[in-house]
Amino acid sequence: MPPRFIPERDRGVFRDALAMSIGICIVGVSFGALATSAGLPWWIPVAMSFLTFAATSQFAMLAVVMAGGGVIAGLAAGVLVHLRHIPYGLAVGNLYWDKWWTRLLGTFMLIDQSTAFALAAGDDRRRAKAAYWITTLIMFVAWNLGTVIGVLAGGFIPDPDVFGLDAAFPALLLALVMPALKDHDTLLAALVGAAIAAATAPFLPTGIPVLLALIGLLATWPRRKPKEDAA
Amino acid sequence: MTMTAVLALAVGVFLVRLAGPLMRSRINVSERSETLMKRGAIVVLAALVVTGALFADGGFAGWALPAGVLVGGLLAWRRAPILIVVVAAAGTTALLRLGGIA
Repeated sequence: MPPRFIPERDRGVFRDALAMSIGICIVGVSFGALATSAGLPWWIPVAMSFLTFAATSQFAMLAVVMAGGGVIAGLAAGVLVHLRHIPYGLAVGNLYWDKWWTRLLGTFMLIDQSTAFALAAGDDRRRAKAAYWITTLIMFVAWNLGTVIGVLAGGFIPDPDVFGLDAAFPALLLALVMPALKDHDTLLAALVGAAIAAATAPFLPTGIPVLLALIGLLATWPRRKPKEDAA
Repeated sequence: MTMTAVLALAVGVFLVRLAGPLMRSRINVSERSETLMKRGAIVVLAALVVTGALFADGGFAGWALPAGVLVGGLLAWRRAPILIVVVAAAGTTALLRLGGIA
């Protein structure tokens, strides 16, 4: 049940995010368990989740270090897969760019889900703001709770794939971007971008293909001018 | 991995997150650039959907994963609630895997 301090009109987002958080929590459990079973002391994965709050970056760094690639290569991999947050910050950065502490916290809590939920809220700035904070705070709690449970669970590593959780994340994002795809230019850019990403993904390091997708924006560029002249 | 490495990743990731809003605050955001930036984020998220549905560990993820995402996508298109979309996607993929389809 959504707590009372959440206004009636934002409770839908709260419920969606809360349901989503179960999946994130289980992925967090697998992260904590994987890190401890790799021989890391408990405080390393716990501190990582609390201070970084970026699942893909944490898994990327852990994977490289566990494979013997070294810390520097691990850091590079972790930051590389995170670069997609630059376009996210450009798109939703204004939602938390108010006081110094909301800037700090909002920046720290920029994730795929909060971006997607905020964009799905449309042009209503108040709703977008609420969606951003509600989803990201819930995800933060779930991610850290999951990590701690994973660390405590010791050798037991759940495989999120068994529950199909790897399908839950793309499906969530797809549902959230779908309203924006009603705009023809956005749809065109997204299709071209997704095709570029899919074609390059087998050959490039994770994190690069989704950035190359931005080339898809060029597909909509020439068509914008005549429309504006007409208006 | 040491605490220094953990802090280094945290700082690196934070700086990446900071880049977007900092760039934003330096330009005069017109309505058109606002549209373009939002579209950019949608494009990246859409690409993340496609790569997330098709690839895992550097190769093709198998059929169960894209099938689940597709079911979720169809439901979203039919305006099903987000919760239904996500549960159906995960359920489809999980059941296909249970049935022996990777």
